[in-house]
Amino acid sequence: MERFEITLDARPAGAARRSTLCGVVASGNLEVLVELGQDPAACTVEVSTSADGFRDIWEAVLADFAERHPAGGLRISINDAGATPAVVSLRLAQAFEDSAGGAA
Amino acid sequence: MSAKRVSYFEASARARVAALVDPGSFTEFCPPAQRRTSPHLAQLDAPVAFDDGVVVGAATVDGKPVLIAAQEGQFNGGAVGEVHGAKIRGLLERAARERPAAVLLLVDSGGVRLHEANAGLIAISEIMRALMAAQAAGVPVFALVGGACGAFGGMGIVTRLCDEVIMSEEGRLGLSGPEVIETVKGVGEFDSRDRSLVWRVTGGKLRRGLGEATRLVDDDASAFRAAAVAALTHHRNAPADLASLKAAQAALTERRATHPDTRDGLEVWRTLGLAQPEAVPMLASDEFNRQLDALATEV
Repeated sequence: MERFEITLDARPAGAARRSTLCGVVASGNLEVLVELGQDPAACTVEVSTSADGFRDIWEAVLADFAERHPAGGLRISINDAGATPAVVSLRLAQAFEDSAGGAA
Repeated sequence: MSAKRVSYFEASARARVAALVDPGSFTEFCPPAQRRTSPHLAQLDAPVAFDDGVVVGAATVDGKPVLIAAQEGQFNGGAVGEVHGAKIRGLLERAARERPAAVLLLVDSGGVRLHEANAGLIAISEIMRALMAAQAAGVPVFALVGGACGAFGGMGIVTRLCDEVIMSEEGRLGLSGPEVIETVKGVGEFDSRDRSLVWRVTGGKLRRGLGEATRLVDDDASAFRAAAVAALTHHRNAPADLASLKAAQAALTERRATHPDTRDGLEVWRTLGLAQPEAVPMLASDEFNRQLDALATEV
């Protein structure tokens, strides 16, 4: 297992966001927990992954996510069981979209 | 009916809960943000899940208050670890206090999480005790079985303690799983790669035919919901007192005599008197239920 935390500069998420969980910790899959953080101009991401030695790729995928989505003010936590970068990107996008879903 | 069919088999635990309960009625206990993850998995340096593979909470179904637990089969095969088990046990203890209309257990589990060994075994026995305490307090417990992991090991026993067992053909119920039996007794005893045989021996139709499952539904989340709604209105009661336990024991003895040395569901269909035993596996649940009910009324 490898664990690390990254703080990304990100545009403020703005509109009301809610805590959400997407995905399942299963082989080749991951879960993404979205919560509200402190700094509206930053997105913190805590990664716990079963695949050691891929931090560079994680940083690239997460930077890409922060560029595509106004994720500022969000605190993201990930439990990963060896998902590919494409799956990680899709799951992050899904969690981001889901976190905007209504006031519930 | 405009909504797209949602496969219960393929749905995640959270999607199953969402499809079963009244929209917007679900409140989760110990939600993922609380990070109640498994200390055992962490010690083994294995991936953890924020909900430890089970979703528990309160909701309404058809307007009636229920407590609900859903196991996530994709996380370690839905296996019961210490935290996972404590969440289910706590839910059942809450049921004994709060007396909801029912507890729904969405079982999808191979049994005890072997990484957690004794803690998982103890958790299972605690679940069983709490389940019976809830029943003793007058709260019926319904098991819903239709996921890829089925209901095996300790969760197979827990399922059989329930008042109602709602299954799809795809769901499976047993004690030792097919791979375990093959490993211990050899492929001649049970070929776990013969998927057709596996389902004929453990699948929902056989369990319904033998009376272990009380309702058989298609692999459709809305069909599971409809069955749960029906069970909330009228349900079977699991044997509770000595007399009913003895009656259940006698029925099992009689079943053994009715189906001696049976090795395949096909033999059970034949003995029960179904016209085309070999066609049973492909029957839609409605047609299967109709044929089974017709036999029951003939007798």
